[in-house]
Amino acid sequence: MSASVKAYQGSSGYIVSDELSNSVNIAISLKKPLLIKGEPGTGKTMLAQSIAESLDMELIIWNIKSTTKAQEGLYVYDTVQRLYDSQFGESDVANIKKYIKLGKLGESFVAPRQVVLLIDEIDKADLEFPNDLLWELDQMSFYIPETKETITANQRPIVIITSNAEKELPDAFLRRCIFHYIAFPDPDTMESIISVHHPKLERKLLEQAMETFYMLRNINDIQKRPSTSELIDWLQALVIGGISPSKIKKELPFLGVLLKKNEDLDTLLNQLQGRGNAKNSNVLGRFR
Amino acid sequence: MFTKFFYTLKNYGLPVSMNEWQSLLEALEAGLAGSSLIGFYYLGRAMLVKTEAHYDRFDMAFAAFFKEIETPEGLPEKIWEWLNKELPEVEVTEEMRKNHQQLDLDELKRMLDERLKEQTEEHHGGNRWVGTGGTSPFGHSGYHPGGIRIGGESRNLSAVKVAGMRRFQEFRTDETLGVRQFQVALRKLRQFTTRLDGARTELDLDATIDKTCDNAGRLELIWNRPRENAIKVLLLMDSGGSMISYSRLCNQLFTAVNRTAHFKDLKVFYFHNCVYDWMYHDTHCSLNNYTPTDYILNHLSSDYRVILVGDASMAMYELMRPGGVIDWELYNQKPGIEWLNMLRRKFEYSVWLNPIPRKYWTWMDGSYTIKKISEIFPMEELTVDGLERAIKSLKTRQAISAG
Repeated sequence: MSASVKAYQGSSGYIVSDELSNSVNIAISLKKPLLIKGEPGTGKTMLAQSIAESLDMELIIWNIKSTTKAQEGLYVYDTVQRLYDSQFGESDVANIKKYIKLGKLGESFVAPRQVVLLIDEIDKADLEFPNDLLWELDQMSFYIPETKETITANQRPIVIITSNAEKELPDAFLRRCIFHYIAFPDPDTMESIISVHHPKLERKLLEQAMETFYMLRNINDIQKRPSTSELIDWLQALVIGGISPSKIKKELPFLGVLLKKNEDLDTLLNQLQGRGNAKNSNVLGRFR
Repeated sequence: MFTKFFYTLKNYGLPVSMNEWQSLLEALEAGLAGSSLIGFYYLGRAMLVKTEAHYDRFDMAFAAFFKEIETPEGLPEKIWEWLNKELPEVEVTEEMRKNHQQLDLDELKRMLDERLKEQTEEHHGGNRWVGTGGTSPFGHSGYHPGGIRIGGESRNLSAVKVAGMRRFQEFRTDETLGVRQFQVALRKLRQFTTRLDGARTELDLDATIDKTCDNAGRLELIWNRPRENAIKVLLLMDSGGSMISYSRLCNQLFTAVNRTAHFKDLKVFYFHNCVYDWMYHDTHCSLNNYTPTDYILNHLSSDYRVILVGDASMAMYELMRPGGVIDWELYNQKPGIEWLNMLRRKFEYSVWLNPIPRKYWTWMDGSYTIKKISEIFPMEELTVDGLERAIKSLKTRQAISAG
């Protein structure tokens, strides 16, 4: 990485793999949006926060919902307010500029310093949504016909886009992005992630919990596999509940924190039963 | 060499376009790969691969292409320590470029061995010893085209090794292509209504004008509920043995339907070979996980759009006779064709999608049952075009043939 570019290397509250920080830096230096995919709970959204923190930039978050239109990210012309004002004569309606409110993308363009723009869960929106943003993300400018103004980015924002793969994104859009898939952390990485959240965890408890956690994740038929955030919550529950490490694997306490679907709980019970695993009889007894 | 890599990627089935390739070359020019193979691996992957489903292909292509290249291991700890020092930037001049031709890998290794024997202290800068910066072919963060990187950013794994591990194998689905096309077709399956619940968020212009006129010009805004899709979909898929050859196609359709968020409701069931008394919840069609077809007929409202997917080709008795069910332990009182007729009578908006191309329908093995079933349901082939036609017919009631 050349020294002229500020390199991102993770921040104190967020463990980043070399691969990921590499992709981030590539995206920053090539000035292309970075598209992040990955299982829920692998810290896609956290990444943008971490980048903003470590590069000391402002973070602008654009949360995408199923009803979000690309236009909203650029600007909204508040016609209704203008109509009201014209009727009651409360202010100068001739100045259309007053009624143009910039959206999140617009905000990130006019910010005085370079910012990090997070477009969160882009796949939630309509199928054509990403296509509608192609030009703006490429050129980093857009035109407001109402005021005959062109808004151009002072400083190209660092654009981070996350997707949960609910929809396929169009090829034309993908071609313009740097893509990174956050793989599920391996046990070692997981340990360092946990140590950020629970610095004073008992060694034995952690080992047992991790073993159980990865055992659960490896069951094939589980529909919603427990993720990092669930493991962290679970550890919290184990600590508060004062569960002794030796019981974790046998009794699977607070299982509801890890498995959120009834079907998954059933699958697990079936599996344990299927193996004829006598030592798990405790668990079965509790649910049957 | 790089152009060859481009074609290797293409051969491994990666859809790489010239645009992306061009940007990769620019990125290389800008030194983003950090002049190491592992750097190149990550850079290439980030820029050329656009879905985790293709990570594995990239890994395979990369490993195949670069398998000859290795990085030396087992260097003395001391040298690692020297190499981990911070260093000033090196400016690369034209002259330096000329002076350093590519060295042969074997020769490099031999030279490195010699240097290691001779070297006794730290080196930073300079052009001969193992150290940081400088232009010796050994060490890191320096400049030597074709030198051996020792330490620095890619300390632990060689790129070929990372690629060789093929960690993304499980993401290979081969099913993501085409999903989008199906999705686009499915979008047409909608029927808007404003009579659903929800917040009134849309300005009703006509009503607003009327109301404002009533108020003698004093503005009054009237809001409406946004229009929503009222379409409910029941997807019934054949998961019998003869369908295995079409599983990829069916998976695409399934994924597309599943990801189409605009349906008001979506129910999916599976049947084995033909529809009988049982509608299974998963593709295994096991008897501890089913809903009786009767229940579906009685409990789902008739405005569900029903899409049946199956090859419709079976033995004649499987369709026409009681007890024709293919599973040994089961017996059906009503023949399959009766069930199909009942489905059709209940759900007037229904269609059959057949993964077998239409041109084979008339003369292949199951042509008799295909004909019989297509008399009950409008039948289309399972292609993007076929799906579009099917959706057109799902929007209107079709005449029910006398069953």
